[in-house]
Amino acid sequence: MKHINKFKKRVQTLLFKSFLFAMLFIVIVSCSTDENQTVANFTELVMQDEFDTDGALNTAIWDYEIGTGNNGWGNNELQYYTDRTKNITVQNGVLIMSAIKESFEGSNYTSARIVTKGEHAYGRFEARIRLPYGQGIWPAFWLLGANCSDAVVWPQCGEIDIMEYKGQEPTTIHGSVNGNGFSDGEAITKSYSLENDRFDTGFHVFGIEWTPEYINYYVDDVLYNQITPSDVPGEWVFDHPFKIIINLAVGGSFVGSPNSETTFPQTMLIDYVRVYKN
Amino acid sequence: MKNIKYIYLKITLLLGFIFTLTISCERDPSDEVEFASYSNTGDVFIDGFMGGLDYFPFNGSFSEAFSVDTAEKYMGTASMRFDIPVFGVGYGGATFPSLEPRDLSDYDALTFWAKASQGADINEIGFGINGDTNNKYQVSMQNLPLTTNWKKYIIPIPDPSMLYQEIGMFWYGEGAETAEDEGGYTFWIDELKFEKLGTVAQPQPKILNGEDVEELVFLGNTINLVESGLTQTFNLASGVNQTVIAAPSYFTFISTDVDVARVSELGIVSIVGDGTATITATLGGVKAKGSLTVEVSGAFNTAPVPTHNSGDVISIFSDTYTNVPVDFINGYWEPYQTTQSTIFEVVDNNMIDKIISYTDFNFVGNQFANPTINVTEKSNLHLNMLIFDEIPSNLDFLISIVDFGADGIEGGDDDTRQQVFFNSADFVANEWSTLEIPLTLNNKANIGLIIYENVNGSSLSNFYLDNIYFHN
Repeated sequence: MKHINKFKKRVQTLLFKSFLFAMLFIVIVSCSTDENQTVANFTELVMQDEFDTDGALNTAIWDYEIGTGNNGWGNNELQYYTDRTKNITVQNGVLIMSAIKESFEGSNYTSARIVTKGEHAYGRFEARIRLPYGQGIWPAFWLLGANCSDAVVWPQCGEIDIMEYKGQEPTTIHGSVNGNGFSDGEAITKSYSLENDRFDTGFHVFGIEWTPEYINYYVDDVLYNQITPSDVPGEWVFDHPFKIIINLAVGGSFVGSPNSETTFPQTMLIDYVRVYKN
Repeated sequence: MKNIKYIYLKITLLLGFIFTLTISCERDPSDEVEFASYSNTGDVFIDGFMGGLDYFPFNGSFSEAFSVDTAEKYMGTASMRFDIPVFGVGYGGATFPSLEPRDLSDYDALTFWAKASQGADINEIGFGINGDTNNKYQVSMQNLPLTTNWKKYIIPIPDPSMLYQEIGMFWYGEGAETAEDEGGYTFWIDELKFEKLGTVAQPQPKILNGEDVEELVFLGNTINLVESGLTQTFNLASGVNQTVIAAPSYFTFISTDVDVARVSELGIVSIVGDGTATITATLGGVKAKGSLTVEVSGAFNTAPVPTHNSGDVISIFSDTYTNVPVDFINGYWEPYQTTQSTIFEVVDNNMIDKIISYTDFNFVGNQFANPTINVTEKSNLHLNMLIFDEIPSNLDFLISIVDFGADGIEGGDDDTRQQVFFNSADFVANEWSTLEIPLTLNNKANIGLIIYENVNGSSLSNFYLDNIYFHN
């Protein structure tokens, strides 16, 4: 907890500095590109789901992940994922994922988790999402190495968390990378907090720009972190195709369990998911 | 109501606009310019009173409780200092009204920094005390915990759109409620202001504390929803769900049948017809959790009006006589008492008649010990009692009249009590019985308590009492 707080402060200072820097940049060298600055240029859309067709999820793009996985999807999560309409549906141009408190197949909560059929290496991955809130609510928009298997076990296959969020901290999201030697508690993470706003009252864009040299993290129009191979204390495993996963977990080691004040159902609204090629 | 106000505002705005256009060539604006809205100054106390502010201690409060402290402060040069007296000396309590109404509708919370000389809970703190509107938009936060370190506190506004002309900027009430409660300490408040935090979200308004309550009531009854819990809860940036008590005028009440029950803006439910009606509410467009369903079955017959001369009477509970100070009509004695109580009001011949209703009865007491009463000159205790539907055949109802003795306090070795038993033969279902109990106590100069009990397995559950008084 303390650790995270410290992190937040550093983010703010950094942000402030980069803001100042950007100002200087605009004023002084607005005509030339700083030689240290890598400018991303991702414009070619290679995958998108705008969720514009009401009804069931487009299973040409997505697979449902059902059940409780191993040990609550490796995190002691409490929910059972289903493909039922009450847990996942497309309505009014958004994908609605709902975490419900109910007894189902031995679990006390149900929710949904989806993964792309296709896989992508490098590019710009972004989604526009309105998050839920409350103690023990853990939504995520993330990438998992497509080669994850018994042969290539996690975290060697790699994980890029574009957005993770604790419902009890409604103004803060976390962006991370996980690989061998830097996973779970040791993942390379940076947190980003909104000032005078929160993530559960409106839509926000969460994205990364991923190239062989770096992964840039942004929320809306704010770039808040860049992770490069030199930042990770292990092998840079982000050099092969990944699949996109969106899920709404309840409980688990990252957030803790819901309490009596957590209201259900909790809904995550996803306006779109887009991938642009490098 | 709201629509009318908005239209009015728009018209003034338009007028203001035209006015500006047509006379913009003149040098000085006329004194008669009326602005469409009030000042939106959010600051209340920064290093002194801000934006025109006054200070009124509450009646009976410790008048020196509030001062401006330049030694202790969170920021700047001064803070508000509150010295809370020790138990028994009184309490600290005051309101800080703005000299002119302010438009607070762009803010979402009253915020401040506070600390105390010791760990303490402020009994009540909030805003919206306004004598002109009968505290229409009062907000209270109860038992606000202070520490010995400066910490920021947030009191959310239940619905900011209501506060476009508010005077009550801040109020508090804090005192030692018992000898064990904290007293004789100081707390400080600094940087007191209305703010737009942008993170006050996820409203969860509640009426009846979020419960769905059903009540059997009678024509002419009134039920005050304020007493049954009107709250607004917001989720703050910290993830904490912060609840405040919101005045009824923040809510819009809806009755499913206005020919059965109607609700006023002040949260008073009036029972006007036979049948069933459900009361629900919204706050700021959000449906409140909780409801009240009333089932009305005819008129409630009030107890016979007492006929004793008021000079011969010492009254504990009646609308005919002036009552002595009563500590409680239900002591909620722990851990064994189950009895719940309400005092409900019946309008009878344009007079309000208050009646005590006991439910889930096992035992309960009426205490009037501050001071105890001297009934040496009185011969009888009079009560009216009503049991609905059916008199339990095993009814064994004990009334104990307790004299606290010369020491005037309950306990010690000088207490005496008179016990009187009643059974099913003493009552008729659905009719008021008059119980006249001749006083046989030797010492009756310090009567402080009347206890009602089910004994020997008696199964009386619900009954009504009225006109409890001593007379000769």
